Amino acid sequence: MTTFLGYRRENGTVATRNYVAIIPVDDLSNAVVERVSHVIQAAVPLLHPYGRLQFGDDLDLHFRTLIGTGANPNVAAAVVIGIEPNWTKVVVDGIAKTGKPVAGFSIEEHGDIDTIARAAKAAREFVQESSEARREAIQVREAVFSIKCGESDTTSGLASNPALGVAVDWLIEQGATVMFGETSEITGAEHLIARRMATPELQEKYLQVHQAYQQFILDTGFDLLGSQPTQGNIAGGLSTIEEKALGNIQKTGTKPVNGVLAPAEAPAGHGLYFMDTSSAAAEAVTLWAAAGSVFHFFTTGQGNVVGNPIIPVMKISANPKTVNTMGEHIDVDISGLLSRDLTLQEAGVEIIVMMQRIASGRLAAAEVLGHKEFVLTKLHRSA
Amino acid sequence: MAHGFLVHCKEDDVGVAVRDLAAGETVEGVYMDSEESVTLALLAVVPLGHKVALQDMAEGHECREYNEVIGRVTTPIRQGEHVHVHNIRSARWSK
Repeated sequence: MTTFLGYRRENGTVATRNYVAIIPVDDLSNAVVERVSHVIQAAVPLLHPYGRLQFGDDLDLHFRTLIGTGANPNVAAAVVIGIEPNWTKVVVDGIAKTGKPVAGFSIEEHGDIDTIARAAKAAREFVQESSEARREAIQVREAVFSIKCGESDTTSGLASNPALGVAVDWLIEQGATVMFGETSEITGAEHLIARRMATPELQEKYLQVHQAYQQFILDTGFDLLGSQPTQGNIAGGLSTIEEKALGNIQKTGTKPVNGVLAPAEAPAGHGLYFMDTSSAAAEAVTLWAAAGSVFHFFTTGQGNVVGNPIIPVMKISANPKTVNTMGEHIDVDISGLLSRDLTLQEAGVEIIVMMQRIASGRLAAAEVLGHKEFVLTKLHRSA
Repeated sequence: MAHGFLVHCKEDDVGVAVRDLAAGETVEGVYMDSEESVTLALLAVVPLGHKVALQDMAEGHECREYNEVIGRVTTPIRQGEHVHVHNIRSARWSK
């Protein structure tokens, strides 16, 4: 089966969820956003701590992430709230390019209470209009996916990641778009990813991103060991960043990589894409959602619990202890890989089948448990 | 299950425990590339997901898993020992 039941948007994109998002441009607007979400409870508040006195590439990324989040196909309509009108308009105009309904409100010259009332009225209309959207059969090739592993252990590289690799290969063969990233966590396996870049230019671009990251680590003068691998990784048996990286890349499958994306940059075509992201789960998933991912595959060894407010994050684990102790977080149990009761091909099929169910509306474990981590990536400190 | 650990490929120095393995246990492992099996006497506890040495490794040896280097041996390792942060170290980001 190559379809799921999703939403088809007017601009041709496809979605797995149907939200109205309330997006603060800056930290100061969180209070209004939160209160609008109390009045209009079906609307999703995307609270975050940034947006003031950022500059340069850091400000560009801030806008790209907020605009991309509002533009995500899973967002039917967006309400944008900022302290002042100019940067609010930047975000509103960026989202409006998708053709979807979007309204912006600024707090200065109005105060919180009046802004809450105005924004709540807009949100009410958007929620009622979008509630009439209906699911229909969507080909998986039309959708944009993302993949990441977290709280990885040796079972990730041995079992859950190669099984996800089987699923990713299948998605690419269907013509879908899949994004991966985790720049730091490919250290030790960068030669294997570089080799899979579709053109020499992409290979050079990827290696530049990799090198820039290595230089950044050196320039800080700090030792990354102790943070990477994480304490959870080490408890799970991973000894070095190289071992973690070699396990990590198993989930990318075997297909050529068609592009190297900046953080939160939307892929221009179909196929497999690398994005320069942190390896911290919530930061990375937020960036892929801002780049248009409508569904995230997440493999875990020791039991990462991350979710996202606008895209389902489906958890896959092959660690029998984790499946036993943290079962409420796991959507796909493929621990049969370790006992060899399950083949990689069979596990890949289980992953695809559960993706189709969750993409069609079944709630992922992270959604049921209320995990809505929305975490912006900040490149440097504010002015 | 009959096996206690899995090995990615024949070039590897380590296998990965698929259940908690006890010191003194004689345990069977399976090479995933060839389906061949191997039997090993364990010198140490190796928890689920942790690595066991398939052969002796001298200090400075480049330890392989996935047929790739995962780190450098920092203190001699005997076959059947637990391989982890106490006896291998990353060759990256090292000071």
